Amino acid sequence: MHEMSLAQNILDIARQELAERGCTRLTGVRLRCGALAGVEVSSLRFGFEVLLQGTPDEAARLEIEETPLRLRCGACGAEFGGEGRLALWEPCPRCGEQLGHEVLQGKELHIVAVEGV
Amino acid sequence: MQIPVVRNVLEANEKMAAQVRERLRGVLTLNLISSPGAGKTSLLERTLRDLSGEFRMAVIEGDLQTDNDARRVAATGAQAVQINTDGGCHLDSNMVATALDALDLSRVDILFIENVGNLVCPVEFDCGEDAKIAILSVTEGDDKPEKYPLLFNLAGAMILNKIDLLPHVDFDTARARAFATRLNKNLAIFELSCRNGEGLEGWYDWLRRKRAEKPRG
Repeated sequence: MHEMSLAQNILDIARQELAERGCTRLTGVRLRCGALAGVEVSSLRFGFEVLLQGTPDEAARLEIEETPLRLRCGACGAEFGGEGRLALWEPCPRCGEQLGHEVLQGKELHIVAVEGV
Repeated sequence: MQIPVVRNVLEANEKMAAQVRERLRGVLTLNLISSPGAGKTSLLERTLRDLSGEFRMAVIEGDLQTDNDARRVAATGAQAVQINTDGGCHLDSNMVATALDALDLSRVDILFIENVGNLVCPVEFDCGEDAKIAILSVTEGDDKPEKYPLLFNLAGAMILNKIDLLPHVDFDTARARAFATRLNKNLAIFELSCRNGEGLEGWYDWLRRKRAEKPRG
């Protein structure tokens, strides 16, 4: 349910970037979303659409690429990764340790591009 | 025109959280997160009563609609501020900043932020706390840490509440502990019952230690 506030944040940031460059209409936003970011992508898309309805930016596209997890083994320090959040439960490919892997990448939610005219 | 950027979607919240953290530099601040009914308010009622002679404590109460919890907390004599989110699923740093205006922080050693009952959304929003506290109760599934990994990964401590009910439920504390430590090997874990007081001393010792580690404003 917090996806609506995330959608609002995304629009605020995107419109600010456009305004700084003299653009007046938003046509697209690209996001990078970590597998552990806790974001329900369909709710986020829904929130984005709802907020744009009836505005000049109505046709703007939202592209979301999911970033895989990067982990550091809690025992030997080896770095490894995997698709989806279930990778968090995988044993270390080098030493087999299952405990306490540190998440290096996969919690973030970033805007990586804004498109406008 | 395509503009490449790298901007954190939560940057506005995180910026405000940094300001909140600065205002709270002398106050140990803990953000309590659990599903509804796990016992956040009961834990606060016990803690505020039992440690009232040791620490000056205050509470920011996040609630969807009512002020029932704030009244329960205020009955212990602690300073309490209510934030009604009007259906919103989490507290954010802006709400906490506003609530701080109603507290006399020079008279607070420990501030508890009781978040909205929800294991997903509150985890994403930094409220300027020193640590998040995950509260689970044994009437829930012992696989909660597996299902909601981000909270347990980020939390400083996990409380397993309602252990007086263990004989009546199928909750496997070893399993819950194992999943939680897999996510966070430094997680402090306390098994306790707010109803009969069992196990509370371990939690209180942790609070004392954390308070001692935090500088005075």
